[in-house]
Amino acid sequence: MLQEKIYIQEKIVAENIIPVISIKGLYKSFGKDNDVLKGVDLYVNEGENLVVLGKSGSGKSVTIKCLVGLVVADEGEIKVFGTNISNVNNTELNAIRIRIGFLFQNSALYDSMSVRQNLEFPLKRHAKKLSAAAIDATVRAALENVGLVEAIDKMPAELSGGMRKRVGLARTLILQPEIILYDEPTTGLDTITSREISELILAIQKKYKTASVIITHDMACAKLTGDRIMILKDGVIHAEGSYAELEKNDDEWVRSFFI
Amino acid sequence: METYLKNLFNNAGDVTVFTGRFFKEVLKPPFEIKECFRQCYLIGYKSLPLVAITGFIMGLVLTLQSRPTLAAFGAESWLPGMVALSLIREIAPVITALICAGKIASGIGAELGSMKVTEQIDAMEVSAINPYKYLVVTRIMACTLMVPLLVVLADGIGILGGYAGINIHSDVNLFRYFSQVLASIDFLDIFPATIKTFFFGFFIGLIGCYKGFTAANGTESVGKAANSAVVAASLAIFIIDMLAVQITDLFFIK
Repeated sequence: MLQEKIYIQEKIVAENIIPVISIKGLYKSFGKDNDVLKGVDLYVNEGENLVVLGKSGSGKSVTIKCLVGLVVADEGEIKVFGTNISNVNNTELNAIRIRIGFLFQNSALYDSMSVRQNLEFPLKRHAKKLSAAAIDATVRAALENVGLVEAIDKMPAELSGGMRKRVGLARTLILQPEIILYDEPTTGLDTITSREISELILAIQKKYKTASVIITHDMACAKLTGDRIMILKDGVIHAEGSYAELEKNDDEWVRSFFI
Repeated sequence: METYLKNLFNNAGDVTVFTGRFFKEVLKPPFEIKECFRQCYLIGYKSLPLVAITGFIMGLVLTLQSRPTLAAFGAESWLPGMVALSLIREIAPVITALICAGKIASGIGAELGSMKVTEQIDAMEVSAINPYKYLVVTRIMACTLMVPLLVVLADGIGILGGYAGINIHSDVNLFRYFSQVLASIDFLDIFPATIKTFFFGFFIGLIGCYKGFTAANGTESVGKAANSAVVAASLAIFIIDMLAVQITDLFFIK
């Protein structure tokens, strides 16, 4: 496992690939005796989909929340687009955040706003030069990407779980991010809708050449979307490789994900 | 006891930081003016019927309850002035503020609490939108501006309620009633009472926002945020009122 990791890191150096995300020695604890992350190292290259697997409470969501500054790490280096986010002020952090999309587990749509307003909300604040017509066209284009233009004037309460995920994804895409972080994108959805969302993630990666970190328990989603998979155990990365490589892995813990 | 005191000081520190952040953010552009107007509409306009009904009942009941006592001293003609003074100085500001604490502070606490629990506040933050400015500053500003206006409305309608109360037992002309009301009140009755309503509004908004914004994870905390917002805001209203009356007494009443 370690040799595999060294090989991948050597390959990155040899091919001069600069990761868009790089985390070294990430530690995070919530109170005494609750160390969630104990030295996580990971990287994501441009245009790559990285899937992070792990059982509930293993710190997967905390890891991606550290990437956007929603959770402040206790220790470690987090570089996004080459900038160490621990050393930046709020304005610089926001400049990085604009380039990152985040799809929350429960979509986190603004309940008091319609689908249109949900999508317009970040756009009106960060693309102030856009005319009303251009904003409308951008919103419609984002909804077309997820196949939900007909829901443009609906309220979030009127949408099904799958539709909420799609609208959440459309909102994530609205500022054309270079990195998308997915926090359990298929949780709580039926098999068919889960597959549709996974296919959508893949289609978005191909269309916009985004790099993604996908936190999931769903092995079908991991298989379909992941270029590379990392498995978190006890606050550290326990295994890493492609789906096919990990499927053949002899480690009992790793195998338990593929049963 | 040690833990209790530690929590008390921690909470006091958090509230101070939260309040300090308001004064920092309120002066810093961009200003969320549109959202502030929307909140003024929701907080002010939507509370009009409730405040109007309560104001009318306050005036009516106060008149009916005070009349027998004044009549026993043959001072029934003082009733309009007494009702107006009681309403303007104390009853209308405090009762209206308490109604606002129940309606507005709990509403804000529950709304922001549920936004926190469902990660909507985090979603704003990762979109590089300042949730404090958009959600907190606008609501506190709207409360600070709208509560005094609601109190003025309650004053007016309460005095009208007093007119209705007087006319249950006697026949008083509306013009004469208002002449007596205006003759009995002066600037120093209105000014301190109005100033304190800005503080009522500010603290109703601040406490509602603080409780919602700092709600813990889980749906249970939404109910707790709403409940504790009402309790804390009501208590704050009484404390501010006590301080305001003391200050008024020291500086304005001779």
